[in-house]
Amino acid sequence: MKDIFRVSRMWRPRGELKKRYDVVVIGGGSHGLATAYYLAKNHGVKDVAVLEKSYIGSGASGRNTTIIRSNYRTPEGAAFYSRSVKLYEQLSADLDFNLMFSQHGHLTLAHSERAMVTMQERAEVNQLLGIDSRVVYPEEIARLCPQINLGPRQTWPIQGALYHAPGGIIRHDAVVWGLARGADRAGVEIHPYTEVTGIERTSGRATAVETNRGRVEADVVVSAVAGWSTLVCGLAGVRLPITTHILQAFVTEPVKPFLDVIIVSAQMHVYVSQTDRGEFLIGAEIEPYTTYKSIGTFPFLEYSARHTLELFPQLERLRVLRTWTGLCDLSPDYSPILGRTEVENFHVSAGWGTYGFKAAPIVGTTLAKLVATGETPDLIAPFALERFHTDELVSELAAAAVSH
Amino acid sequence: MFLLACPHCGPRSVDEFKYQGEVTRRPPERPTLRELTDYVYFRDNVAGVQREWWYHGTGCGLWFVAERDTRTNEVLRTEIPEPSRGRTPAPVEAAVPDTPAV
Repeated sequence: MKDIFRVSRMWRPRGELKKRYDVVVIGGGSHGLATAYYLAKNHGVKDVAVLEKSYIGSGASGRNTTIIRSNYRTPEGAAFYSRSVKLYEQLSADLDFNLMFSQHGHLTLAHSERAMVTMQERAEVNQLLGIDSRVVYPEEIARLCPQINLGPRQTWPIQGALYHAPGGIIRHDAVVWGLARGADRAGVEIHPYTEVTGIERTSGRATAVETNRGRVEADVVVSAVAGWSTLVCGLAGVRLPITTHILQAFVTEPVKPFLDVIIVSAQMHVYVSQTDRGEFLIGAEIEPYTTYKSIGTFPFLEYSARHTLELFPQLERLRVLRTWTGLCDLSPDYSPILGRTEVENFHVSAGWGTYGFKAAPIVGTTLAKLVATGETPDLIAPFALERFHTDELVSELAAAAVSH
Repeated sequence: MFLLACPHCGPRSVDEFKYQGEVTRRPPERPTLRELTDYVYFRDNVAGVQREWWYHGTGCGLWFVAERDTRTNEVLRTEIPEPSRGRTPAPVEAAVPDTPAV
């Protein structure tokens, strides 16, 4: 019994970097750690090092708004995220670590006839793929979420919503820690504060990485660095169709449980959920200009607070507890860039914009399969970097342009 | 947030302007598909000083070029670009949500 209060390390402190690994993963966030974890678990590839320039989970994995869903617009996207949700449902058991995944439902509000048409399209794509997703009207919204302000005096009257029952929120830090612990127990080495400063290529093939702690040879190098993708892939000579923007979020002070579903409004650029701690977690849209400076802006707070109060006037006396920003790597078609690049044995997980966290387990399993077998899984074939050279985009704008 | 000096109106809050993407080089006259897609989709996205297009949307409507350090958001200079000989560098569509890229 006393053991439950004992503080123990979840993974080993970093050791010396070896001269060589089978696989080097750049980026100690959810994607990089998931790739390392599934490499060891599914394929027995255990000579893996995860290099992270700061602490584990310091980037987008620790800054997102923790929403997990699969009600995307394109068949490619919906099939992909649907597999991810299924993996997330088992992940607590797999990792033997409570990730506090609660699937309380997800409502994407429509404030115009055009938005209702988009919701209908999404519902139909989803239903064809067996995803629980349907259009609901204000009477049912009132039943699913009696707290929401359905009128009569709204700036943008709610005409309906896309209701996605399996949508939910998860404890994002726990995902990172659970994956890190799982990977570590399987033999993967985790190296925080190890920044990659160069990637060596020999005849079109990635062979080693240069770090602030010395040179490391690798058979395969994987880049999973979100907002820094352009810079890291640039070290390997791979140019990306990506721009880096900041995304902001804030939480209020905690209050009693009040809201279980997740409410999203593309019209108002806002998404609202209540965390298990009772804080209201509110996120918004990326800043339109590219930047690597992770600092928040006042207009963001002003408009997202205003829009949240349109939906939930009851929150008017809540105080803002803290705000933060993270870097997002936006791709032109709002779909990820996943898998091979033109440099042999240099694979990438990038272009995640504002929706990467929900894909961590499926990125991990598919990239691990690619690394271990050399074959690109069918599920991620549509997301190859190559599609931008051949102009075969997978436009996910309808379902991903609001950043959640 | 930061200030941006419109060459016509002077320093204003960045919220008055629309970011229109980094300055890119036009592809050759008859581009291959690869040259064209490189131009349309691929970006330098530098962490450092970037030359970029801005549009004074809620102000005078001027299109101009700024040099900004993307690591600090410090705007080093703004200018109305000289029309280049033969071909005018056309502004690029920015990959921002309110202007669908595809």
